[in-house]
Amino acid sequence: MHIDEELRERHVLSITVTNEAGILARIAGMFTARGYNIDSLTVADITADHQISRITIVTSGAPRTIDQIMAQLDRLVPVHKVVDLTENGPFVERELALVKVAGTGEHRIEAMRIADIFRAKVVDTTTESFVFEITGPTDKIDTFISLMRELGLVEVGRTGIVGMVRGKA
Amino acid sequence: MAEMSGADILVQCLVDLGVEVVFGYPGGAVLPIYDVLYNHPKIKHVLVRHEQGATHMAEGYARSTGKPGVVLVTSGPGATNAITGITDALMDSIPMVVITGQVATHLIGSDAFQEADTVGLTRHCSKHNYLVKSPARLAHVVHEAFHIATTGRPGPVVIDIPKNVQVATAPFETPDVTNHASYRPQVKAPAADIAAAIEMIAKAERPIFYTGGGVINAGPEASASLRELVELTGAPVTSTLMGLGAFPASSLRWLGMLGMHGTYEANWAMNKADLIVCVGARFDDRVTGRLDAFSPDSKKIHIDIDRSSVNKTVMVDLPVIADAGSALADLVAAWKAAGHKAADLSEWWARIDGWRAVNSLKYPPDTTEIMPQHAIAELFAATRGKDVIITTEVGQHQMWAAQHFHFDEPNKWLTSGGLGTMGYGFPAAIGAQMGNPDSLVICVAGDASVQMNIQELGTAIQYRTPVKLFILNNEYMGMVRQWQELTYESRYSNSYSDSLPDFVKLAQAYGWTGIRIEGPQELEAGIRQMIETPGPVLVDCRVAKLSNCFPMIPSGAAHTEMLLDPSQVSGTMADEAKALV
Repeated sequence: MHIDEELRERHVLSITVTNEAGILARIAGMFTARGYNIDSLTVADITADHQISRITIVTSGAPRTIDQIMAQLDRLVPVHKVVDLTENGPFVERELALVKVAGTGEHRIEAMRIADIFRAKVVDTTTESFVFEITGPTDKIDTFISLMRELGLVEVGRTGIVGMVRGKA
Repeated sequence: MAEMSGADILVQCLVDLGVEVVFGYPGGAVLPIYDVLYNHPKIKHVLVRHEQGATHMAEGYARSTGKPGVVLVTSGPGATNAITGITDALMDSIPMVVITGQVATHLIGSDAFQEADTVGLTRHCSKHNYLVKSPARLAHVVHEAFHIATTGRPGPVVIDIPKNVQVATAPFETPDVTNHASYRPQVKAPAADIAAAIEMIAKAERPIFYTGGGVINAGPEASASLRELVELTGAPVTSTLMGLGAFPASSLRWLGMLGMHGTYEANWAMNKADLIVCVGARFDDRVTGRLDAFSPDSKKIHIDIDRSSVNKTVMVDLPVIADAGSALADLVAAWKAAGHKAADLSEWWARIDGWRAVNSLKYPPDTTEIMPQHAIAELFAATRGKDVIITTEVGQHQMWAAQHFHFDEPNKWLTSGGLGTMGYGFPAAIGAQMGNPDSLVICVAGDASVQMNIQELGTAIQYRTPVKLFILNNEYMGMVRQWQELTYESRYSNSYSDSLPDFVKLAQAYGWTGIRIEGPQELEAGIRQMIETPGPVLVDCRVAKLSNCFPMIPSGAAHTEMLLDPSQVSGTMADEAKALV
């Protein structure tokens, strides 16, 4: 007997929650307990009174699984609203990465040139290294990092996705 | 505002919320609360013998009265012992509030004596939970916990209270928690959904109502509305294990329970129906059998208060998110307002009668041994005319009780359905008796599962609860043995109950009356003696050792592949079927 894997599609979920102790464990733990995937997760409070947080989760699964994830999130007591940005229409998603590259000579100049093309900023430098700050959708950052790999990539830090519906509403 | 200690605030809130009884066990981290409960004029504390017993007593109390069950235990082992019952209440949607003591706030995280991360441990087995770090928060949390436990889809809520929060003081004021910022269950169905449902029911040629525990949870009015709707539409009714009693088993419209050990007519009617109206049930794997063969030609309406139950395992055509009682009342009103008459379902009923004629619940007659099904039938017959509440443990005896004891009213059948917790039934019976002092409360148990919380014999004696503990003793973990016979060529690995106690002497040691029934000729008199003897009575009813529970849908099979008797059993099973639960 073999175990089949289901087909997956990527969805970005935006969840507003009461900013209380344990809320992140409650959300993340629900994903683990029910066997759902978390590809990326960000959280920060978003109101002036610090009462509400927004959690952005990138997950993947079959359409029925995504629908279950939405319903399971929605029934948690501190969850105010769950939006599937991927299903909801046009939306913006961004993440930020810090990318450290070490090298001299031609490699160093090439790294600088590519950073310019990607509109990455230099936030730290020595004569033999740069730390770039780059913002954008996940695939842009993936591409930038893979290019830097040939030019002396040392380390990477990424924030994970934040997302928002386009337009007025 | 009066300044009160956390412990005083907690107990005052319990009084204000109408709590009459608390099931609990004291310990270091709840001593301040126990001091407030000392000789308390309004709240009765029931001292259990193990915290798991307290949770199941609270469940039995809740399920039989409709009121939330309340549990009070200490930190660490007190809390971890309660976890099985908390999970059981979550799976079966039982309103329960569990108050756990915790080490003082400055000790949390230091591996202090009897410290456990109770909110962490119970986060995913409770509907919600709280760690209360200030007495000023306590009143709000307690009121909110009861609100959450009892509304929407009911469930267990845990309140973890550090010891210093019980001692420290704060101003006390009764809070209002009805307008919660994020928790707002949808009780009333949209009118368009009700109208659509009515049209589907009116057009159906082969409709069936498939009802569950949600109808019981919605209160007696929901059962009344269900009965009226069935009368108006003329459709047949089946129900899950948890839903027994919402519709009277004595009605001609009743097909019996469905699912793995359901009746032939219920499962075939589900398979051949053109419309399933699911009310307060959740298409559990024990109900559906093989999913791709589940009721292939039907439209499906699913009425449930929990949106996550909809389209979880079976895709439905019309989801109706609502309280079962509210939706059923709306359906009755809308059916009448639309002027619908019951359709002519005589052809459908003729087919159902054909399936009924199979008589799938028949069982062989007693020989020198009592057939366990016969013991349940005798118990049913002997209790007619009395207000009976039946609880069960988990296993063969549970299924036989579901099949052969028939319920006409809700809240009279208490069993662990979702989690399948051995050790549930006996404490649940004590809890049910606390809430229904005048009822005849009988726990139908097996020799194996009754031992999982047998220590509560002491609790029943201490509080003079006249529960009857009716053990079908076959000296096996019967359901495990049955599966081993069906699936593993009768290799009975560890399913024999070796070294059983003498149950009658054990009962007597605790001050109970103990009765042994050894053969068919003693059955009727033994059951009568059990009912007529005042106080708690244990019956060790020796039954046929190797009886199997039929009918049965084998693991991974379709509703139409029911086994009716042992001659159809092969003794082996494919790996795919073995891997299913």
